[in-house]
Amino acid sequence: MLDVQSIRQDFPILARKVNGNPLVYLDNAATTQKPRQVIRTLVDFYQQHNANVHRGVHTLSIESTDLYEEARAKVQRFINAPVPESVIWTRNTSESINLVAYTWARANLQAGDNVVTTAMEHHSNIVPWQQLTRQACAELRYIPVDDDGLLQMDAAANLIDERTRLVAATHVSNVLGSITPIHHLTRLAHSAGAVIMVDAAQSVPHMPVDVQAIDCDFLAFSAHKMLGPTGIGVLYARPELLDAMPPFMYGGDMIIEVTYEDARWNDLPYKFEAGTPNIADAIATGAAVDYLSNLGMENVQEHERQITEYALRRIREVEAVTVFGPHDASLKGGVVSFVHGNIHPHDLGTALDRMGIAIRTGHHCAMPLVRSYGVVAAARASFYIYNTKEEVDLLVDGILEVERYFAHAGAK
Amino acid sequence: MRALSELDELYEEIILDHYRNPRNNRELDAPDLEIEADNPFCGDEIKIQLKFEDDRAAGVSVAGRGCAISQSSASLLAELSQGRTREEMKNSVTLVRRMMRGEELSDSELDDLGDLEALRGVRKYPVRIKCALLSWVALEDMLDDYPAARQQVSER
Ligand SMILES: Cc1ncc(COP(=O)(O)O)c(C=O)c1O
Repeated sequence: MLDVQSIRQDFPILARKVNGNPLVYLDNAATTQKPRQVIRTLVDFYQQHNANVHRGVHTLSIESTDLYEEARAKVQRFINAPVPESVIWTRNTSESINLVAYTWARANLQAGDNVVTTAMEHHSNIVPWQQLTRQACAELRYIPVDDDGLLQMDAAANLIDERTRLVAATHVSNVLGSITPIHHLTRLAHSAGAVIMVDAAQSVPHMPVDVQAIDCDFLAFSAHKMLGPTGIGVLYARPELLDAMPPFMYGGDMIIEVTYEDARWNDLPYKFEAGTPNIADAIATGAAVDYLSNLGMENVQEHERQITEYALRRIREVEAVTVFGPHDASLKGGVVSFVHGNIHPHDLGTALDRMGIAIRTGHHCAMPLVRSYGVVAAARASFYIYNTKEEVDLLVDGILEVERYFAHAGAK
Repeated sequence: MRALSELDELYEEIILDHYRNPRNNRELDAPDLEIEADNPFCGDEIKIQLKFEDDRAAGVSVAGRGCAISQSSASLLAELSQGRTREEMKNSVTLVRRMMRGEELSDSELDDLGDLEALRGVRKYPVRIKCALLSWVALEDMLDDYPAARQQVSER
C-alpha cells in the first residue's frame, strides 16, 4: 500500500492554498503535480551538467548525454520495451500519435483500407486519423461503447477486417475511465494483419504496462501526466517498424551523413529525434519513472482503485448526480465523470474552485463521446497517488454546499 | 471551508432569476433574423431570433442551454432588445463588452444597460467572460450580416 501522507510531503504544491482553502487537486487526468525529486533533477541538470547531447567531447556534453540516455533506459525498463532504441522522445502523446500518422500511416495506408479506432478517444487520437484516412481515401471506423461505458468487443471483431491496416485505441478512457481489453484488441488486429497503436496517456501513469505482454506495435504517453515535466512524451514502437518508417522531421542529429545532394538517416532512435531534444525534461522524466517505480505500479493502481471505488459510492449519494462510465472501480482507471441535474458543470467548477477544489469541466477533449451522452459538458474528478478519501469527502461536501447555494441564492 | 457567499458577486439574484426563468425563450413564427452560436469549450449553446416592425425589434426570442452566466446573459439580452433598433442593439453590445473589460460606464450608459449591470461581477472571473458574451457576440454577428442573414431565413 502507499503511504499517502509521506507521499504528500514530496509535493510542494499540495501545501498551498487556493482561494483561502487548502488545495484539493482532482484534475490529474489533465496533468499531475510534480514531486520535489523531479523538480530537483531539473534544477540539478541546469546547475551542474547542462550541455548539448551527442555532440561534444567535453565533460559536460558527455555527462548530459549519459543522463539523457540513462533516462531513456529507465523508460524502456518501465514499460518493458525490448531495447532502448524502441523508445523515442517526443513532446507529448499528441506528437507521438502524429509521428505514427505522418510516417507509418502515410507510407502504408491505401485507398480502400481502413483504420479502426474507438468511440471513446481523446481528440488527439481521432483528428490525425480523420485527416490521414481522408487523404488516403481510406475509411475510419469506430468501435462503439455500450451503456456501461465498455467497448463492444463483438463489434470490434466485425469492424476489424482484412482491409484494416491500423487499430488505434486508447488503453484507458480519459472521460469514462473504462479500461480497454487491450490484449484482446491486439489479437484481433494482428490476426487481421493490422498493426495496433495504443494511446497510453491514461494507463502508463496509473498501472503496470508491459509493451511486450500487450504485444502492441506502437504505444504513446506523456510525461506530464505521470509526475514528469510538460513538453516531453514518449513513443514506443517495435524496432522493425521504426527501421522501415521514413523520418518524421528532418534536420540535425537525425542524419549520419549529409552531402549537398542527399542525406543518410541516423540509427534508431535518433532518426526520429531531429534537432536538439528536450534534454532536461527527458532526464526529469527519468526521475519521475524512478519515483513511480519505487512506489510500485501495482500499489499505485490499487490505491487509485480504492479511491475511485470510494468516490463512485460517495458521489452517487448525491441524488441529482449522474456518473458516466463503468460503476465498477475494477473496470476503470481513477476517473469519475459526472453531471449534476440542476447545476451546469461550469458553475459547479467555479463554485468548487472557491473552496480550493480543482476539477475539470467541459468536453474533456472528447466531444463526440461527451455528446453521445446527450450533454455538451461534464465535470470530472481524477485521482492520483497523493489523493485521499478525505479529499473525496471534501468534493462531495462541496457539491452539496454548491447545491444549497444555488437553491437559496436568488430566493432570498 | 469558507462559505460560498463570495460567489454572490458573480451570481447576483437577477442572474439566477433569469437563469431559472428565462424570458422570451419561445421560438418565433417567422423571424427576420436567426443565428445559432455555441461555445464548445464549456458547452454553452444559444439561438437568437429577431422580428422587426418599423425597424424596431417587435419579437425577440433567445433559447439555449448552458451555464447560469451564458443563459442569464442571453435572457437579459432578449428582455433588453425588445423594441430596440439595430443601432441601439449594437450600442448595447459595445456597452456590454466595455463593462466586461472593466471600463467605468457613465450613468446614462448604465441606464441603458438596465438589469444587465448585474453581470458586472463576471469580470472578476476572466474564464467566464466568454460565457457572458456568447449571446452578445452572436447578436452582433447577426446584425452585421443583416441583409445576408435576413435572406437566409426567408429562403428556408
Ligand atoms: C487519453 C488521452 N490521450 C491523449 C491525450 C493528449 O495528451 P497530450 O496533451 O499530452 O498530448 C490525453 C490528455 O489529455 C489523454 O487523456
